[in-house]
Amino acid sequence: MSETVHADAQHAHHPALQHHFDSLEQQAEASTLGMWVFLATEIMFFGGLFLTYSIYRMWYPLAFHEGSHHLDITLGAVNTGVLICSSLTMAMAVHAAQVGSRRGQIRFLILTILLGGVFLGIKAVEYAEKFRDHLIPGHHFQWHGEANPRNVEIFYTLYFTMTGLHALHMIVGIGVMLVILWMAYRNRFSPQYYSPVEVSGLYWHFVDIIWIFLFPLLYLIGRHG
Amino acid sequence: MAAHVVPPRVYFLIFGSLMVLTALTVGVAFIDLKVMNTVVALTIAVVKATLVVLFFMHVKYSTRLTWVVAASGIVWLAIMFSITFADYLSRGWVNAAQ
Repeated sequence: MSETVHADAQHAHHPALQHHFDSLEQQAEASTLGMWVFLATEIMFFGGLFLTYSIYRMWYPLAFHEGSHHLDITLGAVNTGVLICSSLTMAMAVHAAQVGSRRGQIRFLILTILLGGVFLGIKAVEYAEKFRDHLIPGHHFQWHGEANPRNVEIFYTLYFTMTGLHALHMIVGIGVMLVILWMAYRNRFSPQYYSPVEVSGLYWHFVDIIWIFLFPLLYLIGRHG
Repeated sequence: MAAHVVPPRVYFLIFGSLMVLTALTVGVAFIDLKVMNTVVALTIAVVKATLVVLFFMHVKYSTRLTWVVAASGIVWLAIMFSITFADYLSRGWVNAAQ
C-alpha cells in the first residue's frame, strides 16, 4: 500500500513524465536517441540520391557542368543564408524553452516558420524559371548547349528529385513547427520538459544540413571555366 | 532536465562561421581549381555540417550513445559509397584485362 502511494507520488512528480520512464532525464535521452535513429535512416534515404548523383556526374561531367551553370547561383546562395538563419532561430527557440521563456519560444518559432516559408517561396520562383526554360525532364525538355541533352536531362532529373524531396522535408518541418508553436502557445513546455522542441529542432537542423550539401553539388560545380 | 544550456553567444558565433563559410564556398567556386573545386566545396560543406551537428544539434554535449548513433548514419553511408564505387570504378579494369 505504502509502495503504491510512493509510486503515485513519484508519477505525480511531473505531468509530462510517462510511466515507463524512471525520470525526465531518461525520457529526454530516449526521445533524442530515437530522433537520431530516424535521422540515420534519413541519411541513407538522401544518401542513395547523392550516390546516384556521384555516379552520373562521373559519367557525364560536361552535362553536369553545363546543367549546373544554368542554375541561379544568387537565389541558391540566398536560400542557403535563409536556411542558416532559420537554424539559428530554431536553436534560439530551443534555448528559450530551456530557460522557460514562453515569449522567446513563440517569437523564434514564428521566425523559423517564416524563414522556412521564404526558402520555399524562392524555390518556387526557381522552379517556375526552369518550367519556362523547358528544363522539366520529359517530352518537352530542351537543351541548346554542347552537352548531350539526354545527359543534361539526367542532371535536371536529379536536381528536381533532390531539391523536391528536400522541399517536401521543409514543408513537413513547417507543419511540425506549427504544432510545436501551438504547444508553446499553450505553455506546454518548461525547463524540465521541452523534448518536443529539442527533437523537432534536430529534424530542422538535419534538413538544413542536406541543403548545405545540395547547394555546392548542384549550384556551384558549373561556375568556373 | 539536466541538459546543457548552450549560451546564445555560442549560437551566434556558429551562425557567423556558417555564413562566412557559405560566402567562401561561393567565392572559391568562381576560381578554376580543376578537380580541386569539388574537393574544396565538399570540405567546406563537411565543416559546416559538423558545426551544425556539434552545436545546433547539441551532439557536443550529448551522451556517448547519441554520438555512436549519430556517427552510425555516416558509417552506413560510407559503406554504401565504398561498395558501389568499388564496382563502378573497377569495371574498366576487368574489360582491359580480357
